[in-house]
Amino acid sequence: MTTNYIGQPISRVDGRAKVTGQAKYAGEYNVPNLAYGVVVSSAIAKGRIAEIDASAALGLKGVLQVFTHKNAPPTAKSDQSYWDEVAVPGSPFRPFKDDKLLFSGQPIALVVAESFELARYAASLVQVEYEPEAHATDLNQQRDKAYKPKPREGVAPPPPPRGNPDKAFANSAVQIDAEYSVPAEHHNPMEPFATTVIWEADGRLTVYDKTQGTPNSHQYVCNVFGLSPDDVHLLSPYVGGGFGSGLRPKYQLFLAVMAARGLKRSVRVTLTRQQMFTIGHRPRTLQRVALGAAKDGKLEALIHEALAETSQFEEYSEPVVQWSGELYKCENVKLDHALANLDINTPVDMRAPGATWGLYALESAMDELAYKLNMDPLELRLKNYAEKDFSNNKPFSSKELKECFRQGAERFGWSKRTPEPRSMRDGGKLVGWGLATGIWETTQLPAGAKAVLTAEGKLTVGSATADIGTGTYTIMTQIAAESLGLPIEDVTFTLGDSTLPRAPVEGGSFTAASVGSAVKQVCDKIREKLVTVAKAMPKSPLANAKSEEIAFADGRMMLTSGPSRYVSIKEVMRHGGLSSIAETADSTPDFEKQSKYSIHPHSAIFAEVKVDEDLGTIDVLRVVSAIAGGRILNPKTARSQIMGGIVWGIGMALEEESVIDQKFGRFMNHNLAEYHVPVNADVQNIDVIFVEEHDSIVNPLGIKGLGEIGIVGTGAAIGNAIFHATGVRVRDLPITLDKVFAGAAAARPVKLAPAA
Amino acid sequence: MAAGAIMRVEQNTQANTQTVSLPSSTKITLTINGVRRELQVEPWTTLLDLLRLNLDLTGTKKGCDHGQCGACTVLVDGKRINSCMTLAIMKDGSEVMTIEGLAQNGALHPLQQAFIEHDAFQCGYCTPGQICSAIGLMREGHATTADEIRESMSGNICRCGAYPNILAAIQQAMAHRRNVDRVAGERSVNPIANERSVNP
Repeated sequence: MTTNYIGQPISRVDGRAKVTGQAKYAGEYNVPNLAYGVVVSSAIAKGRIAEIDASAALGLKGVLQVFTHKNAPPTAKSDQSYWDEVAVPGSPFRPFKDDKLLFSGQPIALVVAESFELARYAASLVQVEYEPEAHATDLNQQRDKAYKPKPREGVAPPPPPRGNPDKAFANSAVQIDAEYSVPAEHHNPMEPFATTVIWEADGRLTVYDKTQGTPNSHQYVCNVFGLSPDDVHLLSPYVGGGFGSGLRPKYQLFLAVMAARGLKRSVRVTLTRQQMFTIGHRPRTLQRVALGAAKDGKLEALIHEALAETSQFEEYSEPVVQWSGELYKCENVKLDHALANLDINTPVDMRAPGATWGLYALESAMDELAYKLNMDPLELRLKNYAEKDFSNNKPFSSKELKECFRQGAERFGWSKRTPEPRSMRDGGKLVGWGLATGIWETTQLPAGAKAVLTAEGKLTVGSATADIGTGTYTIMTQIAAESLGLPIEDVTFTLGDSTLPRAPVEGGSFTAASVGSAVKQVCDKIREKLVTVAKAMPKSPLANAKSEEIAFADGRMMLTSGPSRYVSIKEVMRHGGLSSIAETADSTPDFEKQSKYSIHPHSAIFAEVKVDEDLGTIDVLRVVSAIAGGRILNPKTARSQIMGGIVWGIGMALEEESVIDQKFGRFMNHNLAEYHVPVNADVQNIDVIFVEEHDSIVNPLGIKGLGEIGIVGTGAAIGNAIFHATGVRVRDLPITLDKVFAGAAAARPVKLAPAA
Repeated sequence: MAAGAIMRVEQNTQANTQTVSLPSSTKITLTINGVRRELQVEPWTTLLDLLRLNLDLTGTKKGCDHGQCGACTVLVDGKRINSCMTLAIMKDGSEVMTIEGLAQNGALHPLQQAFIEHDAFQCGYCTPGQICSAIGLMREGHATTADEIRESMSGNICRCGAYPNILAAIQQAMAHRRNVDRVAGERSVNPIANERSVNP
């Protein structure tokens, strides 16, 4: 049947808009009488603002106002009003609350002018006097101030220890005990954060905001500014990348709404790339992994401890160590996650938060253990394969990780690897092959959807979810079209609109499962209505059929047993005298069923690197990633999701690092020339395998979500390949050439050239 | 610095001068996507902001405003440039082509079609810059191998990581073009017709 779309490599339905420049992002709505806001950022990390002198800026013709903490219109008084859907324990950052400075780059003034250039220039004229205090921004210096964080909603704290890990480790025949350091990283979506607030004639606000959740931003605006839901219409039809940075409302949203209300006119605020380094980041994290094993490779002890940074005002914690208790079979396990407060902005979830760092450390340590055991790293993983989740003592809903190892190894040619470091070469260059495992979690959250089917057979389905490049528009259109058997051209999916039924923020890989279930459900409701009408039609071929005996395909309803007898959906609508059928649905996960299982996607990643020892260059020649991620709705967009994750893994392994100048307490490389992300030349052959995996527990569609699993473990696979190539183990990301050189120099005595 | 001390941060020394005169505008002429336009432009306005803010051609994107990401790539007199690093008045008399000018009468350019087919984007924000850059690359004619194309496209960052698909889309468009050129060459007895068209 031609209307079977689920599982097909459909090209993105929003593709045409994106390749023609018609897709409009938050900062691109040019409305009449628009004013432009430019943010002035704090130059110090801690202290207070003694004085702000905006007279030079205000003296310029066309400058409308300079907002600061001194003249900001009043907003909600209590912290609770500033809590958003993804808030963490603590007091949320409130722009312009008072003169107190909590982090470098904190917004301290907003200059609003008739033109962008004028606002930018006037912002440079704002003079600020600070009363600085000594700041602390180096995690390494705060180790003795570590504490156990308050639990964060949706993030289970590490489980209590099982067995006797310290003793078991001490008694193990083979031991690895290493510390891994990972830096702060910034999301850097290509689109800077922006909000356009349109001041409507009746004083209501239409807000275009860059966000991963319109309901979240909408509620924030209503709560903070004391507005009723109908006063604010918040939209975000296109989002130029998020990766977690847009889960929580960003300060430009607050500032743009504040200025629009203060000036009673439309205002846009767009952050600069430099300011994109002031809105939260993946936290710097120090980890210890201690593995004890018997001589045959059986894990006897696993200890994984992490210390991460957070701000002074919120306790951001992410699941760094939990995975270690779930991935391998081990009797003696100790997992711990601690925080230390620094004078920085609160970290923010970033692609596979926690797992990205945790699996880097665990899978690097497993590689080190394999070498110490003189065992193939793949064999070591199979030796300790967990057939159930020992941390939570639950069966897996499905786990085709063994098949990932098998298919990935075969595609990669793993069996041709020679185990000794520095044993593989291509010409004069060293070649290394490494592998690692990845794991993420599958979560389904409640979500709503609405749908309208017209008499002409056109279907529109909507939900206030987001498409941050993930393919939501496309896969939801596929699900809806197939559910009602309609040609995909006749189906439109809308999202990113606060007037649509509520959906969770787009993150955590849970959109496909959560919103997909709601879309399926709302379409099923329309099916039921159509069935009722169709059965009552004169000489209906479906008259005696039960619902489940009726199929929808090619714009028709037919018996599954005899598709030659059918009625068209348009006929049914006509017969029923229906101009349209409208339905809404709220999908709630089957928590009881799901809670009996441990539900995860898994991956096996194989990487090949080439290292030039003379120049120190490291090239990732190929990555093979085999994914067990449940049902794949669209292999084309799914492959892109995983590929993107792998590219992030390359960046994490070799390039990305936000460097704080400790003297100023400020991220210094706050631009795309000095914060390196992979470019086209850095990415060569990427091969994604989707291993067949059926899961009847996770949700009716069998979806596990793919947004995060692609990055998890990839950094470790590359680091392990670099060790295999060079014999140098760098435990401090990113693995830059200077560290490889230093390691090589330490490993081998320098031979001086004989004097001439 | 001792606690309690006051620190003054000078952002712009002009703040201390009493009168600052703002720039006045100048008339320039640009041909944008084939349409000749006379424009009053202030000297501090970049070509990028002129396109996005004054002309509502928001297909051209601002990703960094520092020439570091390539999202603002447009074609000026046939060459790819970063429009954020170009003041509009510098290009008086030039021909500018943006992403909005690429499709002809609603028919997508083969490269746009190839981007869709190969899923050469996710969020779509870098896409207009990638496409304009690739058009420029094809006109330059220097890059032919996969490695050369990757290298020559490395001024355009795609944070979603669609690079292998971008490469595949460009290769498809290049193959298409060779095919068109070959067919045109076979059909024509006039050697001038074998020259590559100036239009994309």
